[in-house]
Amino acid sequence: MYRKLAPYTDMRLDTSYNVNTPEGITLRLSPAGPVPRTLAWLIDLSIRSVLSVFLLMLLVFLGNLGIGLAMITIFLLEWFYPVWFELRHQGQTPGKKMLQLRVAQANGAPVSPAASMIRNLLRVADFLPLMYGAGLASLLLTRRFQRLGDLAAGTVVLYTPQASSRREDFQYTPLRPEHALTLPEQQALILFAQRQHTLTPERQQELATLTGPLVVDTPDPAARLRDIAGWLTGQKA
Amino acid sequence: MKQSLFVAEHEALWQQLEAWLAHRQLSKRERSRQPAPALADFPAAYRRLCHHLALAQSRMYSPLLIERLNRLVVEGHQYLYSARMHFWHKVVAFYLRELPQLVRAEWRALVLAALLFFGSLAGMIIAIQLNPDLVYAVLPGEQVAGMEQMYDPENRSRIGREREADSDVLMFGFYIRNNTGIGFQVFAGGLLYGLGSLFFLLYNGLVIGAVAGHLTHIGYVETFWSFVAGHSAFELTAIVLSGAAGFKLAQALIMPGRKSRRQALLDNSRTAIRIIYGAATLFVMAAFVEAFWSSLASLPATVKYAVGIGLWVLVTAYFRLAGQEQA
Repeated sequence: MYRKLAPYTDMRLDTSYNVNTPEGITLRLSPAGPVPRTLAWLIDLSIRSVLSVFLLMLLVFLGNLGIGLAMITIFLLEWFYPVWFELRHQGQTPGKKMLQLRVAQANGAPVSPAASMIRNLLRVADFLPLMYGAGLASLLLTRRFQRLGDLAAGTVVLYTPQASSRREDFQYTPLRPEHALTLPEQQALILFAQRQHTLTPERQQELATLTGPLVVDTPDPAARLRDIAGWLTGQKA
Repeated sequence: MKQSLFVAEHEALWQQLEAWLAHRQLSKRERSRQPAPALADFPAAYRRLCHHLALAQSRMYSPLLIERLNRLVVEGHQYLYSARMHFWHKVVAFYLRELPQLVRAEWRALVLAALLFFGSLAGMIIAIQLNPDLVYAVLPGEQVAGMEQMYDPENRSRIGREREADSDVLMFGFYIRNNTGIGFQVFAGGLLYGLGSLFFLLYNGLVIGAVAGHLTHIGYVETFWSFVAGHSAFELTAIVLSGAAGFKLAQALIMPGRKSRRQALLDNSRTAIRIIYGAATLFVMAAFVEAFWSSLASLPATVKYAVGIGLWVLVTAYFRLAGQEQA
C-alpha cells in the first residue's frame, strides 16, 4: 500500500471519484444519483412527447404520407433523441442541461458514439420490469451510479463543474500564526476566509472559536482567522 | 512559493485558456461570428495547465484555486481527447469489410440465434399443417381472422389493389417503427443473462410461423408467400443479427472467462453494438422493400419469388464473402 500525495484521496463521504489522466494529474468527478437523473429524464420525456404530438398534428394534414413521415420521426425521437444530444452537445440532452448533468466516459472523456448508442439502446433493459426498476437497482448498487446501459457502455452521468460561490478576496491584515499548522489545517483556514460571506457574523464567530489555541486571546476570533488566512495565501494587504 | 505569486505568474495563461475553451463550446453559428481568441499551441498550454494543477494540489493552495484549475483541466481534457471522426470513410469501411467480418467471427452467437428463431418458425409451420388448431394457441382469434381477410385471394381490397404512393409511405413508417423496435428489444434482452433475447426470438419465431403455417394450411399460399418473399431476406436476417448481438451481451455475463463481468460486458458490448448497426440497416431496407415492393400486386408471383430468392442469395453472399481478402 502506498499513500497518494494528492488531496481528496482519503476516505470520502460523498460519491465523487478520481481519475488519473495521461498528464499525470488527478481529475475529480462527481457522478449524479437517481433523483436528478429521473428529473432530467422526465424533462426530456415531456419535450419528446410534446414534439411528437406537435409533429403528428402538423403532418396529419398531409394524409397517409404525413402519418408515415411522422411515424419515422417519432421512431427516431424515441431511440435517437438522447444519442443526438449526447454526441452533439457535450453529453447533455436538454433535460440534463437544465439539471447541470452530462454523460461522459467513466474516465471523464467525452462520450463516444458507440458508447452513446449502447447506453441508449439498452435503456429497454433498464426499463424492466417496470418504470426503470432494473435501472434504479443498478444505480443504487454501483458506486458510480451506473444503470445497466451505463455499465455496458462504460459511461457515467456527471455533474458539470460549476464555478463556486466562494470569493477570493477578503479583508485582512496579514498575521503570522503562533502555532505550526499542518497543510490541511492551513487549507481549512483559507477556505473559511473565502466562504465567510455565506455565513452570518454570529456563525462565523461560533465556528472560529472552535479553533481553540489560535484564538484564545482575541475578542474577534473570525477576524483573527481571516488575518492568518491572509498571511497563508501571501496576498499583499 | 506563495499562492499569490503563483497566481500572478500564470494568471494570463489560465485566462487565455479559459477564453479559448469557452469559444470552443459555442455553437457553430456563434463561433463563426466571434473571432477565435489567440492561443498558439493548445496541447502545450494544456500540459502546462496540468502541471500547475499538480503543483497547486501538492502545495495545498486554496481549494478555490485548485477547483478553478481542476475545472479548466476537465474542460481541456474534454476537448483534447474528443474523437476526431472521419465519418464517411469509417461508414464505408464498416459496411464493406468490418460488418461481414464481424458476423463471421461471431458465428457461434449467430448460429444459436438462427437455430432458435428459424427452428421455432419452421417447427410452428409444420406443426400447424399437422394440427391446424394450434394457431389459436399462439394468436387470438380476431387477429387470425384479420390475417385471413388480409391475404384472402377473393378479397383483394388490401393487398390486391394498387395502393396509393402515400399509403406506401405510411406503411414504411409503420414497419420501421415496429420492426426495428422489436430488433432493439431482442438485443437489449441479452442484458438479462440472455433470457430476454431467448424469449423474443422464440416468441417472434412462433408468431411468424403460426401466421405462415395457418395461411398455408387454408390455401392462401400465393397471396401470402409472394408478399413476404421480397423482404424476408432482410427482415429475418436482421432479427437473427439482433439476437446474436443480444447473446454477445449475455455471454459476457454468463461466461466472462478470465475477465471480470463488468470488463467482459464492456468489451462485448463494443462488438454487439456494431452487429446492431448492421441489423438496424437491414430493418430499414426490409421496411423499404415491404412498403414499396412487396405491396405491388400487379406483378406475377413468379417474379416476386425470383426477387425474394435473389435477395436471400445476395444477403448470404454478402455475409459470406464481403471483406474476405482482408480477413
